[in-house]
Amino acid sequence: MSSRAMRQPLSLRLTSNSLLILWCVIAAFPIFWITVMSFKTPVDAFDANALNVIFGPETRAKGHGVSLLDICLLGLALWGLWRGAARLLPSMVRSYAPAGAVWLGWLIGAAAFGLVALVTLFGLLPVLSNALNPVLGAFGADVIGLTTEHYKTVWIDRGFSNNFQNSLVVTAGVVTVSLTVGTLAGYGLARSGSTLAFWILIVALVFRALPHSVLVAGYLPVFINSSEWLAPILGENAPTLYGKPMAVIAVLVAINQPFTIWMLRSFFQNIPAELDEAARVDGCNHFQAFRRVIMPVMWPGVITTGLFSFLLAYNDFLVTSLLLDAQNQTMVPAIAGMFNRETTTTDQVVAVAAAVSITAPLFILVMVFQRQIVSGLTAGAVKG
Amino acid sequence: MNFRTFAAFVGPSVFMMLLFIAFPLISVFVQSFYVTQTVYEVVEVETCTPGFLTQTCTTEKTSVPVVGEDGHVLTTTEFVGLQSYANVLELGRAWDALKSGSWSAFQTIDFWKALRFTLTFTLITLPLNIGLGLGIALMINNAAKAARGPVIFISLLPFIITPVIGALSINWLFRGDGILTAAMEWYSGRDIAMFAQAWTIELLMMLYRVWHVAPFAAIVLYAGLQTVNSDSLESAVIDGASRWQRLRYIVIPHLMPLIIFVSMIHLMDAYRVFEEVVGFSSQGHVISLQWLTYDFLVPDQAGNRSISRASASAMLTMIGITLLLIAPLRRTWRDHKGGH
Repeated sequence: MSSRAMRQPLSLRLTSNSLLILWCVIAAFPIFWITVMSFKTPVDAFDANALNVIFGPETRAKGHGVSLLDICLLGLALWGLWRGAARLLPSMVRSYAPAGAVWLGWLIGAAAFGLVALVTLFGLLPVLSNALNPVLGAFGADVIGLTTEHYKTVWIDRGFSNNFQNSLVVTAGVVTVSLTVGTLAGYGLARSGSTLAFWILIVALVFRALPHSVLVAGYLPVFINSSEWLAPILGENAPTLYGKPMAVIAVLVAINQPFTIWMLRSFFQNIPAELDEAARVDGCNHFQAFRRVIMPVMWPGVITTGLFSFLLAYNDFLVTSLLLDAQNQTMVPAIAGMFNRETTTTDQVVAVAAAVSITAPLFILVMVFQRQIVSGLTAGAVKG
Repeated sequence: MNFRTFAAFVGPSVFMMLLFIAFPLISVFVQSFYVTQTVYEVVEVETCTPGFLTQTCTTEKTSVPVVGEDGHVLTTTEFVGLQSYANVLELGRAWDALKSGSWSAFQTIDFWKALRFTLTFTLITLPLNIGLGLGIALMINNAAKAARGPVIFISLLPFIITPVIGALSINWLFRGDGILTAAMEWYSGRDIAMFAQAWTIELLMMLYRVWHVAPFAAIVLYAGLQTVNSDSLESAVIDGASRWQRLRYIVIPHLMPLIIFVSMIHLMDAYRVFEEVVGFSSQGHVISLQWLTYDFLVPDQAGNRSISRASASAMLTMIGITLLLIAPLRRTWRDHKGGH
């Protein structure tokens, strides 16, 4: 009954599905396109003809290209790696990791997998294609122009690897600190129904709405002069906070805190309070109950919240560009600097390559953690 | 849970929020009434050039920064009252422009220009975001089960991308004879320059924003669609309700709390519009309120940051946020009192 009553006419389903496909194209196109652009010479990348951008005749003429064979090899390698990650890796982790430290097993597994992927893609593949291409004739001839020189320019000549390290430091710091502080607060808020807890949450909501530039206007003079007002406390070698990654981490953690505690609170509310009450009855105090009973079951929520903290720190432009000096610059402000300086199309394509480099980790993140991200998006919302 | 345990759990987080959010707010508020300037003194400098028999000497008065005993440049901070606000608002010029009925002259003043753009941006993208989000949610719900995962994966990409990079990637599609500009030119047969006038840039910025946030609305609403009561939908079918009526009278009322939630988040985020200005490098044509504050904070050519003007513009931005939040906060407070 229910399925027949709800059945939709074919025309509606066709319209709906084709519109959905249209949306997917719109959603993915800009990202796909800048990825394609980043592998071409400037002439091809900014060609008005889409086919020229994709096939890159100019790039091919300069001798950079891939043959059908290369494409097949790459496809094969990616498929193999994907299968390895999806099938082989979990079972290996399950059988070899020591019982108490599954996360350690995953960490080592992921590192080993990354190493294998790097060796296959950058070590094995070029050797194979160089050896086989000349032998195979038409099958081995270049069909698509493709060059990685812009990536080399960005990462080696323009010092993007340095920016990458800074981004790594800032994001790692933000995720660690904000989860530590936020988990405790989220648990406290979820288990206390007091008016004070309610007010903390409301004030946090107001704080979430603040434009970040308002806050930075407050930090800047204090951070720039910090060596003066810290001198009475810390003595001669009081640091200037301006430009220090540590200061930016603290600032981003605080900015992120309202969001973190709201999200973790809603996750903790899903863990039945009977669980820690049982532990209390058995003689634990609140902290022991938290450590022994709640911590083992809270990881899904913490991972999800950690992902969003990561995104905030990684994607931030305003705070990092104003509070970090050139030496400690992270990737996103660095690319803005590149873009302002652009004069030639080569510079533009280099900036495109940098943009793609910034996007690639996010792409992998969505691929691995899609379920957690979706549950995070809906966790705060569905409960209202 | 007694107060001391609660304080121990919540303490670190509250401390950080007080230190890094509440304290800067107060300090911005105070700063906006003061101006810190370098102390200059006028000194007579005698410059002599060697000449025959006698040197030619000229004395001229120049102002140089005073250097204190510790080797730092001396600064004074003085109370200027509402002067910084007046500098940002430029009420005199604004009033003149309005009196003469010249909107374009009014829009040459940075603050009013930024305010105009921020408000239009927020109000236009809101319905587009909700509409597109709801549309995508319904379409995902209609699609075959196996297709949903990949579709959600692709939908998440625009949401997860770094805002500056997302704006840049749209920018590159249209910049100069970018691929989409070329396509539009081919289609319309005219010469199109998307970055030559303000309104096309604004259009692109809004397009980018909707592209960037609609997935969030879509996923939240899609989750809501899973909880629609199928019994009431079936009885509506039996009562002869059309597809549209079912959507209008059953599904949308069910999703209403979520739609309000998404709208709230969108209002807060769209009011803070900033990355678009950077990504489209539109500061020549279009600026937003948050960008205005940012611009005051960036050192100018002489290396000075206009902190007090930035604080004033930040406080003015805050007024907008407060107005925006009053209504929903009052509702939450009523719900809380009703709930206990």
